[in-house]
Amino acid sequence: MPDQLMQLLFSGLTLGSIYALIALALVTTFNITGVLNLAQGEFAAIGSLLAISLYAAGIPSTVAFILSIALVAMLGGLLERAAIYPARRASGLTLIIITIGLSISLRGLALLIWGTETYSLPAFTKGGPLFIGGAAVNPQSIWILGLAILTLSLLYTFFELTYAGKAVKAAVVNRTAARLVGINPGTVSFWAFMGSGALGAAAGIFIAPVTMTTYDMGFMLGVKGFVAAVIGGLSSVGGAVVGGLLLGVLESYCAGLVSSGLKDALAVIVLLAVLLVRPQGLLGVLGERKI
Amino acid sequence: MLKIKGLDVYHGYVQAIRGLSLRVKEGELLAILGANGAGKSTLLGTLAGLHKPAKGNILIRKGDTPPAEECPQYKKGFKPHAGECPQWEDITGNAPEKMVRRGISLVPERREIFGSLSVLDNLVLGAYHRYRSCGKGAILNDAREVMEIFPALKGREKEMAGTLSGGLQQMLAIGRALMARPRLLLLDEPSVGLAPLVVREIMSVLARLKQTGVTIVLVEQNTRAALKVADGALVMERGSITLSGSSAELMSNSKV
Ligand SMILES: Nc1ncnc2c1ncn2[C@@H]1O[C@H](COP(=O)(O)OP(=O)(O)OP(=O)(O)O)[C@@H](O)[C@H]1O
Ligand SMILES: [Mg+2]
Repeated sequence: MPDQLMQLLFSGLTLGSIYALIALALVTTFNITGVLNLAQGEFAAIGSLLAISLYAAGIPSTVAFILSIALVAMLGGLLERAAIYPARRASGLTLIIITIGLSISLRGLALLIWGTETYSLPAFTKGGPLFIGGAAVNPQSIWILGLAILTLSLLYTFFELTYAGKAVKAAVVNRTAARLVGINPGTVSFWAFMGSGALGAAAGIFIAPVTMTTYDMGFMLGVKGFVAAVIGGLSSVGGAVVGGLLLGVLESYCAGLVSSGLKDALAVIVLLAVLLVRPQGLLGVLGERKI
Repeated sequence: MLKIKGLDVYHGYVQAIRGLSLRVKEGELLAILGANGAGKSTLLGTLAGLHKPAKGNILIRKGDTPPAEECPQYKKGFKPHAGECPQWEDITGNAPEKMVRRGISLVPERREIFGSLSVLDNLVLGAYHRYRSCGKGAILNDAREVMEIFPALKGREKEMAGTLSGGLQQMLAIGRALMARPRLLLLDEPSVGLAPLVVREIMSVLARLKQTGVTIVLVEQNTRAALKVADGALVMERGSITLSGSSAELMSNSKV
């Protein structure tokens, strides 16, 4: 494989792990609550901006990261109580529209606090790129991939090995039966949004050293994460990761070999293609309401 | 142990329960009979917290010992309410999550097991409300006891609940309800669609449970099987009770 293709593959995988992380949060929340949270990208943006501000204020980086993840988790829980829970009996479409409203409000809030400037974080590990098979790999890429793998294993452990995870599954499988044994689906939904806030923030922080962090970066992230999730079938955790990586690599090749202007349009093209090929699959899942 | 007074329950505009009043005695097995659409499932669902009544009250007698009496901390000689005179607690309109904590467990119509989870997970989740206070070991022990009650479930712990036969699913549904350690067990047509032999086994389990002090309300279309194990019975028609008495009385009543 020529060096350039290899190089594009690696940058595509980095980009793809970012999308995969957003898609993972989207799919997990969707599987649990039946709500497609289109404000997921905003969680990443706010998490990243918060961490950058805290770090700039002199707080050690690890503390700043954990603090901002915790804060965005709380924001997720708060929004669930304020906007999702009161509308829990509404249709899936109504709830999607609510999350679009949340996304716009969060972007407005970020604009008020951080303005239109571009922010950045130093890389987690110092030193130049690593060379793998003739291609230069940014060490931050490894961190991002690592976070994706860690998230997958944490999700697996939670759902397969813990009692709380089984209770969440039970609430998804049969809401009425879950209530009859004492599981409160409202609490489950609350925790799911806390989790998606935390995961979104973590994703935002990990990608901050390699992206331009702005108040509105969440929009594109959310769109890409959504497309990645759709490629993966919208309800499959593994599919979300594969979809994210695939979209990242496609974009990277498209930007490198065709035109970088086409990169963002590609996601929409892929989305349309999926909708054309198997619309029933996607819409079928969307029509279901869960908790 | 249960008092229902002037209960009205609606499904949207359809009134399913009309001014129903009823007393269930401690430790009795009460059968509720009636045609399709009489409101039997709605009544049980309301007691379990699935439907909110528009009118009326549901009162339950506070237990002398809490449902979690087997938990370690209660074993250390601590018995709340012990010796106090019985009190009634108004539980009208409580959510199912609360009803199960008050000791009411429902085995719903159509069983509603967690189909994609294992048999053991179904049982263990049945004890959700007392998992934290009792701990994993005690709960697994209880699951083993439930499988002694329904030996047919033994050896199938890891099987996916949805792949079980109808009879086994019904046993699992009852087992899951027992895992909550209910004081009042509600069963909605457990015999529906099952072979006579399985029905007989389930009824004999109910009779044995009664002996351990659990109060049972059994909704059945299978009148004969239900009256055989029940102490008392009543007939519902269009949301109200039209007939009630001992099972012997109802057995000889031509209308039943
Ligand atoms: N979810 C619902 N929405 C509207 N009406 C309902 C609903 N559930 C029950 N009903 C109506 O309420 C009445 C009582 O229904 P219910 O299921 O309680 O009867 P049932 O005695 O359990 O009948 P079956 O023997 O068929 O189970 C019926 O007229 C039924 O059509
Ligand atoms: Mg019924």
